[in-house]
Amino acid sequence: MNDRPAVMIDGNEAAAHVAYHINDVIAIYPITPSSPMGEWADQWAAEGRKNLWGSVPSVAEMQSEGGAAGAVHGALQTGSMTTTFTASQGLLLMIPNMFKIAGELTPCVFHVAARTIATHALSIFGDHSDVMACRMTGWGMLAAGSVQETMDLALISYAASLESRIPFLHFFDGFRTSHEVMKCETLTPDDMRSMIDESHIAAHRARALSPERPAIRGTAQNPDVFFQAREACNPFYMRCPAIVQIAMDRFAKLTGRSYHLFDYVGAPDAERIIIMMGSGAEAAHEATDALIAAGEKIGLLKVRLFRPFSPDHLLAALPKSVKSIAVLDRTKEPGAEGEPLYKDIQSAMIEAWSDERLPFDAPPRVVGGRYGLSSKEFTPAMVKAVYDSLKAERPKNHFTIGIRDDISHTSLEVDESFDTEPDDVVRAIFFGLGSDGTVGANKNSIKIIGDETPNFAQGYFVYDSKKAGSVTVSHLRFGPRPIRSTYQVGSANFIGCHQWSFLEKFDVLGRAAPNATLLINSPYGREDTFRHIPRKVQEQIIARRIKLYVIDAYEVAKAAGMGTRINTVMQTCFFAVSGVLPKDEAIAAIKKAIKKTYGAKGDDVVKKNWEAVDTTLANLFEVNVPDKPEGNISIPLPVSGDSPEFVQSVLGEMIAGRGDNLPVSALPIDGTFPTNTAQWEKRSIAQEIPVWDPKTCIQCAKCAIVCPHATIRIKAYDPASLSTAPETFKSTTARGTEFAGLNMTIQVAPEDCTGCGICVEVCPAKNKSEARLKAINMAPQPPLRKPESENYKFFLDLPEFDRDKLKINSVKGSQFLQPLFEYSGACSGCGETPYVKLLSQLFGDRSLIANATGCSSIYGGNLPTTPWATDADGRGPAWCNSLFEDNAEFGLGFRLTTDKLGEYAREIVDRLADRIGGREVADALIHADQSLESGIRTQRVRVAELVKRLATMDDVEARRLISVADALVQKSIWILGGDGWAYDIGYGGLDHVLASGRNVNVLVLDTEVYSNTGGQCSKATPRAAVAKFASGGKTLGKKDLAMIAMTYGHVYVATVAMGANDNQTVKAFLEAEAYEGPSLIIAYSHCIAHGINMRVGMDIQKQAVDTGHFPLFRYNPMLRAEGKSPLQLDSKQPRLPFAEFAYRQNRFKMLTKSRPEEAKRLLALASQDAKHRWERYKSLADAEAAMAGIGITNK
Amino acid sequence: MNLETNYMGIPLANPLIPSASPMTGDLDSIRRLEDAGAAAIVLPSLFEEQLRHDAEELVHHLDHATDSYGEALTYFPANDEFAIGPEEYLKHVDEAKRATRIPVIASLNGSTTGGWTDYAREMEKAGADAIELNIYRIAADIDVSGPDVEQSYIDILSAVRSAVNIPVAVKLGPYFSSMANMAKRLDDAGADALVLFNRFYQPDIDLEVIEVVPNVVLSNSHEMRLPLRWIAILHGRIQASLAATTGVHTANDAIKMTMAGADAIQIASALLRRGSRAITEILDGMRQWMEENEYESLEQMKGSLSQKSCPDPSAFERANYMRALQRYI
Repeated sequence: MNDRPAVMIDGNEAAAHVAYHINDVIAIYPITPSSPMGEWADQWAAEGRKNLWGSVPSVAEMQSEGGAAGAVHGALQTGSMTTTFTASQGLLLMIPNMFKIAGELTPCVFHVAARTIATHALSIFGDHSDVMACRMTGWGMLAAGSVQETMDLALISYAASLESRIPFLHFFDGFRTSHEVMKCETLTPDDMRSMIDESHIAAHRARALSPERPAIRGTAQNPDVFFQAREACNPFYMRCPAIVQIAMDRFAKLTGRSYHLFDYVGAPDAERIIIMMGSGAEAAHEATDALIAAGEKIGLLKVRLFRPFSPDHLLAALPKSVKSIAVLDRTKEPGAEGEPLYKDIQSAMIEAWSDERLPFDAPPRVVGGRYGLSSKEFTPAMVKAVYDSLKAERPKNHFTIGIRDDISHTSLEVDESFDTEPDDVVRAIFFGLGSDGTVGANKNSIKIIGDETPNFAQGYFVYDSKKAGSVTVSHLRFGPRPIRSTYQVGSANFIGCHQWSFLEKFDVLGRAAPNATLLINSPYGREDTFRHIPRKVQEQIIARRIKLYVIDAYEVAKAAGMGTRINTVMQTCFFAVSGVLPKDEAIAAIKKAIKKTYGAKGDDVVKKNWEAVDTTLANLFEVNVPDKPEGNISIPLPVSGDSPEFVQSVLGEMIAGRGDNLPVSALPIDGTFPTNTAQWEKRSIAQEIPVWDPKTCIQCAKCAIVCPHATIRIKAYDPASLSTAPETFKSTTARGTEFAGLNMTIQVAPEDCTGCGICVEVCPAKNKSEARLKAINMAPQPPLRKPESENYKFFLDLPEFDRDKLKINSVKGSQFLQPLFEYSGACSGCGETPYVKLLSQLFGDRSLIANATGCSSIYGGNLPTTPWATDADGRGPAWCNSLFEDNAEFGLGFRLTTDKLGEYAREIVDRLADRIGGREVADALIHADQSLESGIRTQRVRVAELVKRLATMDDVEARRLISVADALVQKSIWILGGDGWAYDIGYGGLDHVLASGRNVNVLVLDTEVYSNTGGQCSKATPRAAVAKFASGGKTLGKKDLAMIAMTYGHVYVATVAMGANDNQTVKAFLEAEAYEGPSLIIAYSHCIAHGINMRVGMDIQKQAVDTGHFPLFRYNPMLRAEGKSPLQLDSKQPRLPFAEFAYRQNRFKMLTKSRPEEAKRLLALASQDAKHRWERYKSLADAEAAMAGIGITNK
Repeated sequence: MNLETNYMGIPLANPLIPSASPMTGDLDSIRRLEDAGAAAIVLPSLFEEQLRHDAEELVHHLDHATDSYGEALTYFPANDEFAIGPEEYLKHVDEAKRATRIPVIASLNGSTTGGWTDYAREMEKAGADAIELNIYRIAADIDVSGPDVEQSYIDILSAVRSAVNIPVAVKLGPYFSSMANMAKRLDDAGADALVLFNRFYQPDIDLEVIEVVPNVVLSNSHEMRLPLRWIAILHGRIQASLAATTGVHTANDAIKMTMAGADAIQIASALLRRGSRAITEILDGMRQWMEENEYESLEQMKGSLSQKSCPDPSAFERANYMRALQRYI
């Protein structure tokens, strides 16, 4: 490496680094895994960093990727250098503009962190299905396989695009490359200037639209000329590959890193060749080197330039000796005769053969295969399996590699023992909790080793599907040569287990190499640790001669004042034990890194971390491993043996981290999964759980309604049931006329509770003698786990209370209803899920739910288990996620079907009246009053009778009616999503659905930010709040979606904030559902992205209302017919300064630390926003009241 | 009428100084106070504990829940630059100095020895004319003795005194077994002024929610009697200037304090109730009273009824209710 600085960065930052320097305009929108590129651009712009041209690029967040592409197109047309970043569905939304941009021969580069397209399921992980969907657009496509290549090819893309006028998709693999941290050589501004010929930029600007030299583009052409005009671009495409190669050559001269359109690696006399692109080619490169060293005649061809595809360059790059070729595609095209790259290679061969220019000794046999979908691991062992398969006379075609396909038998067998990881590379795996800082510390370690030593470094991190109590697995490599291992560490010589409980949950030593080192954060000390380890793990330790070290990291961290952040302690242990750096050097480097990380945030934090470093080594011990295992601690099954077979054999395996081993046959063919499965995943992640005090309790049920994970349940029951109750089961006399003679219990689910403490915060009852205690108090979970689990089981077996007898229009009444949404993977203390749970309690047995992509689709539908549940009759919410942008329309589709099939069923009932029991029976079915739950239940009985009768009839109409009879029972259609969906990307559709007048219920979980993708600004974000994409604080106010919806007049609109008025929330849900038209509920949802103590989330909700920021109201068009004002204000005139709400939240407060003056200015404006918002609603309420003739509202 | 006074070596046009309160927290308000006649201002206190807490809170929230979930590895922009130290306060000192011609006194409440001295130095550098050490400590630890508490005041003062060259005042509460001795010790340790007394927020119990709540109550004139007594006792016995604070609302209150021996009079509640015009009203009233009673200058009046100079020195030491009781009998 020369004077270019070496940096430890990931693929996203590498791409953003180049993009930021070259462009004038950057249009952004969040989508995993590309969001960080936009975040970097926004942040650098906010910091005032300048691009190559001495100016700060204009970074604009759009409302969708479609919007971003439109803005890019416009900016390009008017002469800017313009880019955007995206992935997956986002890229699909850009396709229409991509056709236009290419059709107009406009130089431009999009940077894509290639990600799986949602099909039978969504996946945030990496493959090439998104970029492959863009093949027809006319864009060039350059594929990068590593972080370094990502940076390099980004620059080459710009150089080539500017010269060729062909726009380029520069892509790299989502997560594997976008999120892999790697030591890279940075391209300097000088490098970039050397590669970019400014005359091409001048030419681009000269072609731009300008009234000074007017022209028009985007004309409508007719059959006479369109075709010819379309062919006019051909020369540009023909020139393009050579232009790309010239740019690559120039780049090689500049940096020493040489690229070709097709890069061949392997034996000059290779007979078996693999052709592929992306990060998998790096693993293949590593395997190829190893196999060649073992004497195999093989080779690998890495495709860099996929479009425009250049057969000539392809053929020239292959050795003459080639006999068989396997083309690997990281995508699937069902129904096609092969995947795209395979077909390109095939047609290149056939064309050359038919033109008699095939440069090989004999025409090679070409087969295609699929690998790595959704970031499925692709390892050297798999590469070897592919090479081996090519030895066959007739190699298997259309194969898969990396899975076991026991249905279509496409998969190749893999010898997992083949391993190419060199001994001189430190390979470390760390198991940590998200909250303990393991990943952050590992990223720091990579920086330390990368910075302080000549070693190369690589880090890849595997995250959980759950947001609360999530587990992280870090894979780190350090070695003397560039690291091409684009797969997880398979044979680790260092393993860190940062949580004791993981020894029972995961196969921590499954990837341990012989003589590896195991470091455990153990509460048991040097002497006792071994005997507390599960026997199976003990056996692994002994058999593999593993060196065992222990530290009580929690004690050390606590003593240093760092609470539960054990990251620094464990990091110090790693350096001390692994020997990757001399100990003193390592400690000095760790301290330097701490100073760098926390220096800007205060000396205290630095000092505490330093203290933790200093005290760590004295508390780190090597354990003498005995010759034989001790004790008999076993590893529990991942799910209960009582669970259904599918849960045990499929979901349980996924929970245990063995999902990769499941064969094709184990999985549903069309993405349909059973609900009601979260109950089997007992995660037991809470350190403390609530404990009920029946004596203090006033039975208000507030604790239950706010519980985000449905782990506080209430039942009323016959006291006689208590005869079989466990000893510690608590019970008291139930209050309320409907519960006369009954007992009641508030029961906590100890293994499902996440310990957020929201229930304790909202409990209004105080212990009369000790006011610090409430009717529900937190207590350590471990001693309560067993007895409370027994109590919970007993509680669940108690019968549900009769729904008809409950006053469900109250908080208390609603909480005696069974939640049909439970134990989700949402964050501990989530502000959204209490609303979702309430919906499930009130309407779950008859609801169809359309869920926009976002937090709610992730905690609602991310495998392995799902929180949507069923009641004792097996009924419960039926749920589906279509896309992010289309959710309102998707839900409307539910309504259209329900209405149409209902109508159709009634028509048949009418026609069959005589044969199904007469006119009276038919009329009862057709005209059933289902406005109340009881009416629905009665109708269900009628329908059951009907179906029974129809089943005896041999009649086509009867059979048709059976298939649609369910539609005679009323359904509750719910459309759920966050503010990113409702205010931004899905707004157009939402508006149309509200305008349609159809009976759908929309629940907007308004966190005022794109929560799921890490807190990007939406149009719901309030002024003065900091969010990603608004790192300088949002300068404009929150969009008033409720007010907009009200303008229709026929839409039921309510704003709710459970923490401010839970009773109003319940009423709004019931009214919205009862309203025979479109309903919109906007629910204020506190969020982890607000930077708050989640435990007091409900109190912050109250403040949101009390400041006027989020006024509560219900607008019910039905009331107008009753001569009443439809608009009822449910909150009072603001009585709290906005600052008191704002400055409890980091999203507002951090601006006072980064830009104090701007914070003051924006806060003053935000305070005005809140005041004006209230005043607007007040005056509207007065106007509505006046129209209804009932005078001025007195609020 | 000459209302001039000298407060810890700083000549003032009159004795009225708005004390540390929100009124001195913004420049417009400071300008209004100056226009109304304020002779100097004490800026709101810089609370080291608050700064530390804010810094830790910021780190916590920036770190919290990061690197846990693949789609949201962070929740906030990765801003590296935060003003988590006293930057904003120091800027306010600087701006207040530029915005007014009157002396600006910075107020400091530290929580560590290093914090007291470092921030004091920076305040001096930022242009403060003097520093008021806002030392308060609710000595709630049953294992800490009175002498230990007293020593901690002396230590803080000594440390700051040796760290800066500008005058240093100590604002303290009255809760010492021997207030007079405590004042002497602070005087000996180099205090340029004593500000008597700090008024602590006293907690209350809210019966509606059954919770202990902070309850901020503005002072009344009758509360000035406590500082009045101690200023009268200390006047002329220590080198340090004496500033009265708590309970001065009217010209009569100010005159009484001056007669007791105050070199300066700090006001806050009156300003919070009546705005900056309270200063004008008090000054006008003082002038009028002095004219009516033929006083020529404030200096003439200062300490005229201090314990040293009053006809009945024991009046300041007696328990008043005893005298009242005796009179009744």
